[in-house]
Amino acid sequence: MQHRPKTFLIGALACALGTSFLAPYLNPYYLDVILTVGINIVLAVSLNLVNGYTGQFSLGHAGFMAIGAYASAAFTLFAAPAIFPNANGWVTQAVFFLALLLGGGIAAAAGIVVGAPSLRLKGDYLAIVTLGFGEIIRVLLRNVDSLGGALGLNGIPFYTNLFWVAVWAILTIYVVLALVHSTFGRGFLAVRDDEVAAEAMGINTTRYKIIAFVVSAFFAGIAGGLYGHLKSSIDPKGFDFMRSIEIVVMVILGGMANTRGVILAAILLTLLPEVLRPVAEYRMVIYSLLLIILMLTRPQGLFSFRSNRPSVRTP
Amino acid sequence: MNCHLLKLDACTIRFGGLTAVSNLDFQIKANELVGLIGPNGAGKTTVFNLITGVYQPTEGRIEFDGHSISRLEPYQITSHGIARTFQNIRLFPSLSVFDNVRVAFHLHLLSGVSHAWWRGKAFAQEEKEVSDQVMELLRIFQLENHRDLFAKNLPYGDQRRLEIVRALATRPRMLLLDEPAAGMNATEKLQLMNLIQFVKDKFQISVLLVEHDMQVVMGICQRIAVLDYGIKIAEGSPDQIRSDPKVIEAYLGE
Repeated sequence: MQHRPKTFLIGALACALGTSFLAPYLNPYYLDVILTVGINIVLAVSLNLVNGYTGQFSLGHAGFMAIGAYASAAFTLFAAPAIFPNANGWVTQAVFFLALLLGGGIAAAAGIVVGAPSLRLKGDYLAIVTLGFGEIIRVLLRNVDSLGGALGLNGIPFYTNLFWVAVWAILTIYVVLALVHSTFGRGFLAVRDDEVAAEAMGINTTRYKIIAFVVSAFFAGIAGGLYGHLKSSIDPKGFDFMRSIEIVVMVILGGMANTRGVILAAILLTLLPEVLRPVAEYRMVIYSLLLIILMLTRPQGLFSFRSNRPSVRTP
Repeated sequence: MNCHLLKLDACTIRFGGLTAVSNLDFQIKANELVGLIGPNGAGKTTVFNLITGVYQPTEGRIEFDGHSISRLEPYQITSHGIARTFQNIRLFPSLSVFDNVRVAFHLHLLSGVSHAWWRGKAFAQEEKEVSDQVMELLRIFQLENHRDLFAKNLPYGDQRRLEIVRALATRPRMLLLDEPAAGMNATEKLQLMNLIQFVKDKFQISVLLVEHDMQVVMGICQRIAVLDYGIKIAEGSPDQIRSDPKVIEAYLGE
């Protein structure tokens, strides 16, 4: 990926197109799980840019997801039928693509609005402000009747398919990795390691944080759009604080700033509750217990294998 | 005479009722090695923080190469050509030695976010140029064998050196060193003195050295300013300073 990023991108997109032809042969339950895994990869990898690479602890990812979900659902439900009556085939796909972009764009704009004032804060304080933002979005959506209020939006067309989820998951991974594996992008890591030193090296730390926030919010918005068009109904409860925590856990468990680990953690943590379904009411207890055990035994991240190389002492 | 690179003009800074630095006039010429000394709490580090933009002067102004820099952010001051090191080393610990220096090239990059995504010819070209220049710098300072180590795993002396290399990568015209000899033994101090002299000559830059260690300051500085209670009590060549009665009373001791 680092060496031939464009080849990787084109190859991966071709694979996405290929696998999407397999979708009709899959059991609908498995397909649903796979799509959820893909959406969670988009969410976790994009949040990793802010929480992992840039070191800014954000707890508001579900808020951006909600904005994207509502914006894109509102577009396909209310605007699209008026603009493209009798749409079918390719046109519906294009409508869906536009809806997703709209959702991502509005979420990114929200990223600027939230980011610009709050990124002067650090650590715990930033976490609290982003948490507050997520809750504000949820409460606002509850009280806007034209967006369904507490009932949410229903009857959203099932546009999300394996192709779109794969494409967006691959794009998210590409965008984040291509960014941090550049001289410009090393600045994100510098901000994380030592903000004062980064400033002294001429890095505009606020600008870097806002870029990270906006890119991350954009993909959270996309993920929201995919989620809405997968579940067919969305309500404010689905984007509460717990949703943000779930994504943060994926990032921490995968190992901060370790995209490969975060992808694996997103897969694992989406599959785990499904695998535990047979034990019914103990499911979430076991899930939580496993999280605690994992954090105690591998605090550096489940999939973080890079050890510190021993320093070579000069005589 | 307008050959002053850095000019502090009647700078005063107060923290509440405390006047940390009072009415300070201080200049540094191009390609000059100047020392700033004084007892603990004399305001040396405050002066340092004023120049680098961490604090802003309550009164007075600071000029660098004819531009006022007294109201700028630290990163803007770096882009004007003032680079610094820190008293307690502040490298990017979890980045490699190579990346620590690479980050500092950021100021002179043409490519930004969109180039990193598009990855065209110009981007590849620039990444290669940066990489070559980083290696060149590492070679000059004998750090090329450590390029893939985490900065936090370097021995202390190498960390100090890497911090200077990183500062030089921003292509400064003036380098500010904050107590670089802190925690060094006699041999390391000698190496440090050679290093500072070498940096000044090789890169043709001015150096401001804030330092406690008399051996180092007297050994390499062309000019020394002495602070006491935020007031400049003396300025001159090392010999003048050594025999100045005020300095002896306040700092050097009988």
